[in-house]
Amino acid sequence: MREPLLSVRGLTKHFTSSGFSHGPVVRALDDISFEVPRGKVVGLVGESGSGKTTIGRSVLRLIEPTAGQIVFDGVDLTKLSASEMRRQRRRLQYIFQDPFGSLSPRMTIGQILMEGLDIQRIGSRAERGARAKKALQEVDLPADAFVRYPHEFSGGQRQRIGIARALVLEPELIVADEPVSALDVSIQAQIVNLLRSLQSRLGLTMLFISHDLAVVEYICDTVIVLYLGRIMEIAPSEVLYSDPRHPYTRALLSAIPSPEIGKASARQILKGDIPSPANPPSGCVFRTRCPHAIDQCAKTVPPLEEVAPGHVKACIRHDISG
Amino acid sequence: MSVAGSISSSARKGPIARALERFTINRIALVGLVILLCIVTAVLTYPLWWSYTPNQIDLRALNKGPSSAHWFGTDGVGRDVLARLMQGGRVSLLVAVTSVAISTVIGFLIGALSSFGGRVVDGAVMRFVDLAMTLPPVIFLLVLASIAGTGILPTILVISLLSWPVLSRMVRARLLELRERDFVVAARGMGAGLGHLLFRHGLPNCIDILVVYATLQIANAILLEAGLSFLGLGIAPPEASWGNMLNAARSTVVLEQYVWQWMFPGAALVLTVLAINFVGDGLRDAFDPRSDLH
Repeated sequence: MREPLLSVRGLTKHFTSSGFSHGPVVRALDDISFEVPRGKVVGLVGESGSGKTTIGRSVLRLIEPTAGQIVFDGVDLTKLSASEMRRQRRRLQYIFQDPFGSLSPRMTIGQILMEGLDIQRIGSRAERGARAKKALQEVDLPADAFVRYPHEFSGGQRQRIGIARALVLEPELIVADEPVSALDVSIQAQIVNLLRSLQSRLGLTMLFISHDLAVVEYICDTVIVLYLGRIMEIAPSEVLYSDPRHPYTRALLSAIPSPEIGKASARQILKGDIPSPANPPSGCVFRTRCPHAIDQCAKTVPPLEEVAPGHVKACIRHDISG
Repeated sequence: MSVAGSISSSARKGPIARALERFTINRIALVGLVILLCIVTAVLTYPLWWSYTPNQIDLRALNKGPSSAHWFGTDGVGRDVLARLMQGGRVSLLVAVTSVAISTVIGFLIGALSSFGGRVVDGAVMRFVDLAMTLPPVIFLLVLASIAGTGILPTILVISLLSWPVLSRMVRARLLELRERDFVVAARGMGAGLGHLLFRHGLPNCIDILVVYATLQIANAILLEAGLSFLGLGIAPPEASWGNMLNAARSTVVLEQYVWQWMFPGAALVLTVLAINFVGDGLRDAFDPRSDLH
């Protein structure tokens, strides 16, 4: 087995408030460790505020992590100088959630697609144009889009442009931050299928962030479930959906609507909201909403334990079952 | 493809082209622009169609009113008022345009430095801007002018050093907002350095602020120059400027009996400033993002 393309070890991000008054420390991420094997798609799921985007941006060092290592192809990105990091950046690209905010309204599509090549000084002007046009083709957009401005395109088309921009640098790892959640459902399917076919055709490695469990099941090989900046469970996606071990994962899966009429699933409704990361619960962060919580849960932070090969969970209750 | 091809021509233009299109349907702004163009053309070409030079003395015509020989009359030492008005316009406009160009560059760079330089730099620079803004402008001007002396270059220097702080604030605010936008984050993710971020993203997204500020500030600079010259600290005689021509009106005799000596430069000043303000207002409306909606 080759070493994974990306290996995140003990990633921690605490946001401190600025100024003279020392506000609370927001513990956005606490001791996150996972691996993304080459050519695979790893999904990150969780509620709003669970730290999905913070992980995605930390991997690209768009946010500087407080602690931890981000080992990409054997190199710890957190230890690189600014200029060394700049050279690595062509190998890591990001797809944004909001197709309206992610394209500059003052640049043509051609300029947007060539921006990365300009920055990285790759090829001559003609070569850059050719590569940008090829990327446009890969995402099924007409070649005459090249000279247009973003405001002339719909949300789905813009998201394709955002994907083309990520592809143009021929990266090895793509972090897709909720690439479909801002789109209509019918368009979502197109974009997800596009991402899937690009992934298999180009052999991309992808970190796929989403809160949509159905999309994640469809596209991901492995799923990581996050809650309040901590990993609850990691499992191969077919295992996660058939045999979830963590109470939080079970609650999430029971919330997926079933298309079968008349089949009322036993839905587990979580009470309350996700607690504030500025003041997380002691012990297991999920215990305040967990139907199986016991006193012991407040005392120890549950370690990630392997329940099967490639399947880990952070829960001390081994006795519960679905 | 046929659907794509039928997109109307106005939708294909870039944001700046659309703003200019909106400008051209603003009637008052166009009137301002036409007046301004007439003034600039007249000022630049006057040696071609007017036989007097600004410092030529006609001893047979001291304090003479408008006539066929001297359309706008002559002043106390027999110089032609029209020739001086045109030359004064050259000086006033030159000083205004140059000093605004300099202060726009300073304002943009300071604002950019502040917004992209990190928390410490931002704090330091903004406290410095606070300081620059709290100085009473007139006193600051007088002190600076008395150090720098009189003449065209010192006047440009004084005016440029006085007028950048407000712009740097506006640029900073715009860039702080821009810095968090996804397309700027994307550029950083592709490895963009400060230069790329500032000039490929920052500058194009500040162009509306800069254009509007520069236009309105030219009117302000003309008035500042006139004020300085009126006080004897700007453009010194015998060089003509609209401000130091107005200075002549300090004498009651001139004010009451030789009206043409101060009325024409005064009118030129008012007309130019008004025209520039119309153009500036028109540009501001044209660049307003809300006007994209209709």
